[in-house]
Amino acid sequence: MNAPLARLLLLTGLAPLSLSAAGKDSCLDCHASLSGSLQEPVARFANDIHRQAGIGCATCHGGDNTSTDPKISMSPARGFTGKIARTKVPALCAKCHSDAGYMQKFKPQQRVDQFAQYQTSVHGKRLAAGDAAAANCVDCHSVHDIREVKNALSPVHPLRLPETCARCHASATHMAGYKLPVTQFEEYRTSVHWEALSKRRDLSAPSCASCHGNHGAKPPQATSVAAVCGTCHALQEDLYKKSPHQPVFSGMGVAGCVACHTNHGVQSPSEKMLAGDGAVCVQCHDAESAGGKVAAGMHGLIRGLESSVARSSAILLRARVAGMEVSDSLLRLQEAQEALVKARVAVHAFRTDAVGQPVKEGMKIAEQSFRDGQSAMQERDVRRAGLAVSLIAILITIAGLWLAIRRIEARRMEPQER
Amino acid sequence: MLTEQSLQTKAGWLEERLGLSSIRAFLAHKTVPVHSGTMWYYFGGITLFLFMIQASTGILLLLYYRPTPTEAYESVQFIMTRVQFGWLIRSIHSWAANLMILSAFIHMFSVALLHAYRRPRELTWLSGVALLGLLLGFGFSGYLLPWNTVSYFATKVGTDLAASVPAIGPALARFLRGGDDVGGATLTRFFGFHVVVLPAITAALLMLHLAQVQRHGISSPPKIEARWSGQGLAVPQMPFLPNFLLRELMAWYAALGLLGALAAFLPWELGEKADPFVSAPAGIRPEWYFLAPFYTLKLIPSHIWIFEGELVGFLGFGLLAVWWAGLPFWATSRQGELRSRLVTGAGVALMAYLAMFSILGYWR
Repeated sequence: MNAPLARLLLLTGLAPLSLSAAGKDSCLDCHASLSGSLQEPVARFANDIHRQAGIGCATCHGGDNTSTDPKISMSPARGFTGKIARTKVPALCAKCHSDAGYMQKFKPQQRVDQFAQYQTSVHGKRLAAGDAAAANCVDCHSVHDIREVKNALSPVHPLRLPETCARCHASATHMAGYKLPVTQFEEYRTSVHWEALSKRRDLSAPSCASCHGNHGAKPPQATSVAAVCGTCHALQEDLYKKSPHQPVFSGMGVAGCVACHTNHGVQSPSEKMLAGDGAVCVQCHDAESAGGKVAAGMHGLIRGLESSVARSSAILLRARVAGMEVSDSLLRLQEAQEALVKARVAVHAFRTDAVGQPVKEGMKIAEQSFRDGQSAMQERDVRRAGLAVSLIAILITIAGLWLAIRRIEARRMEPQER
Repeated sequence: MLTEQSLQTKAGWLEERLGLSSIRAFLAHKTVPVHSGTMWYYFGGITLFLFMIQASTGILLLLYYRPTPTEAYESVQFIMTRVQFGWLIRSIHSWAANLMILSAFIHMFSVALLHAYRRPRELTWLSGVALLGLLLGFGFSGYLLPWNTVSYFATKVGTDLAASVPAIGPALARFLRGGDDVGGATLTRFFGFHVVVLPAITAALLMLHLAQVQRHGISSPPKIEARWSGQGLAVPQMPFLPNFLLRELMAWYAALGLLGALAAFLPWELGEKADPFVSAPAGIRPEWYFLAPFYTLKLIPSHIWIFEGELVGFLGFGLLAVWWAGLPFWATSRQGELRSRLVTGAGVALMAYLAMFSILGYWR
């Protein structure tokens, strides 16, 4: 099969048929008998999604894979190109992956805008400018053993993506020419996002591409950081946009969320960020300022609800361990826990009254739950007192029976003659 | 005011209708052997006492329990939280069920090891073994009734195992579940078994069992009999009424105290409501009295020679049950000699197996 024919079959979606009809691929047959880097792609290609879809070497490298004669199969006249230059990889992949009609034959919902996005990315722009070291398709997706993104062995599977990006972005050698920091991955690995991804195996947890984009990867602008974070943290974004901080940070060119939470190393937030040691508010507001007082007020409200929920939870759990049926109260206490979450979210309004509302609702529920717990514990004590009285009565009865038996058996039973 | 004369008149009236004097005469002559193993005689009575507790607490629970998937859990929750002393009744019912099965096992093994199954008590033994089977049936059917997560999935495991019984397995599982899976039909069915079918059969068998005990009296172990007869004496006896009955009452009171303590300090948990659409919680296992066969089936390889492992397991359990139930018939040789060592060895081995595999099944 010559290269134009192969392309024709590829474009018409008949390529898989052509390979299966041909039965054999002379490229693989010959390269399997070679050694080193010329043989290596053969084994890897067995796992490649293209191979599984019936697409052979000639589709990318040109040539005629039906001929066993190397002079014919690797003839430039038949379109053979050999090794593909790094700068030409994205355009080559795009021949198929940007063709909606063609891709539909394999996956009807497959996106075809990757190349267009790539061209807008920092990677794409540098490659277009002749920087062959800039990342192209194969740097992330691998080559000759390309797998679907949802395949756990794919380097762009959500669980493996951070390490894939880090191959370049954590390499001081690679990044030296771009004057970029190489600490992002290390910072990310201390973050709450990494914890969700790596420990909880939460595939929806944010990694590099979630904030920077994948094919169109570039750093988000300071003004758009809130929108980026807001794709997941929508309520916080909404409150922040209406808060007094938004115009100030925007005016200063400071990325809103990053100012308090950092970027790659986002830690699990808590009210400790508001006041006390390690608080972030004090970086700008001293304790006696209006801002400092609001921060301290929000801190106090949240701590109050938190300790109230903890106190109610502790007594209800003690009651449950004692065998009391308190499942309704425990269920209701979850509403107080939700109010606590709402209060923590409301911090992004940076107003005491905004935090006060959910705290008030939560306190009401937590206090009722605590009273339920107290009642359950009192009931437990009543039961145990009742048991003690019953046991005493039972023991007295047993003692009475024993005395009665002794009285009856005062005359010992003697063995009787047969 | 009742005069002596009027009392005698009333007693005479009752005597004429009930024949109480013959019952009194029978009880006055009834005796119980006294020897080092007399304490084991109390376990039959303790099992009976716990059964009576089960019947009475079960009737009280019936006043509020609703056997449907949407109401079962909530009705038990209502009993435990809203009904006066409901928590005590439910907890005693659950604890007494376990103590009753434990007591029945002790009773069975003590009868075996004291060789009390000998002629003419074969029917007493057979009815006793059948009663133990019925008590296990009570346990299995009652476990599902609160419709909580653990009971739901344990019943799934149990009925799945029933499906592996040779030949009749699938039909048996379908009969038990009332469908292809554990659901509302299973709950209704198990409720029916638990409160009507099993009690009716148990009552009939219990009457047979007690009638047999009354008819043949309480057996003395052969070794004890031989020891006394060697001295030309009979085994010492104590009168059933009042000596043994008062001691039995002491044991019943002790059991009652234990039940009260368990209910107050370790109330039976209700757990979470069953949700058929969630996956089974980790480490799901049946009640302790089914652990030994459950763990054995887990250990059996999937295939033994050309047979499925579970099939071999069930055949093994079936043969073991038939062999053990037939104890009175193989315990005596054709010459009429008691194979006491074989029976004792078999009893001890069976107890060791049940204890060890139950413990292993619980921890693994």
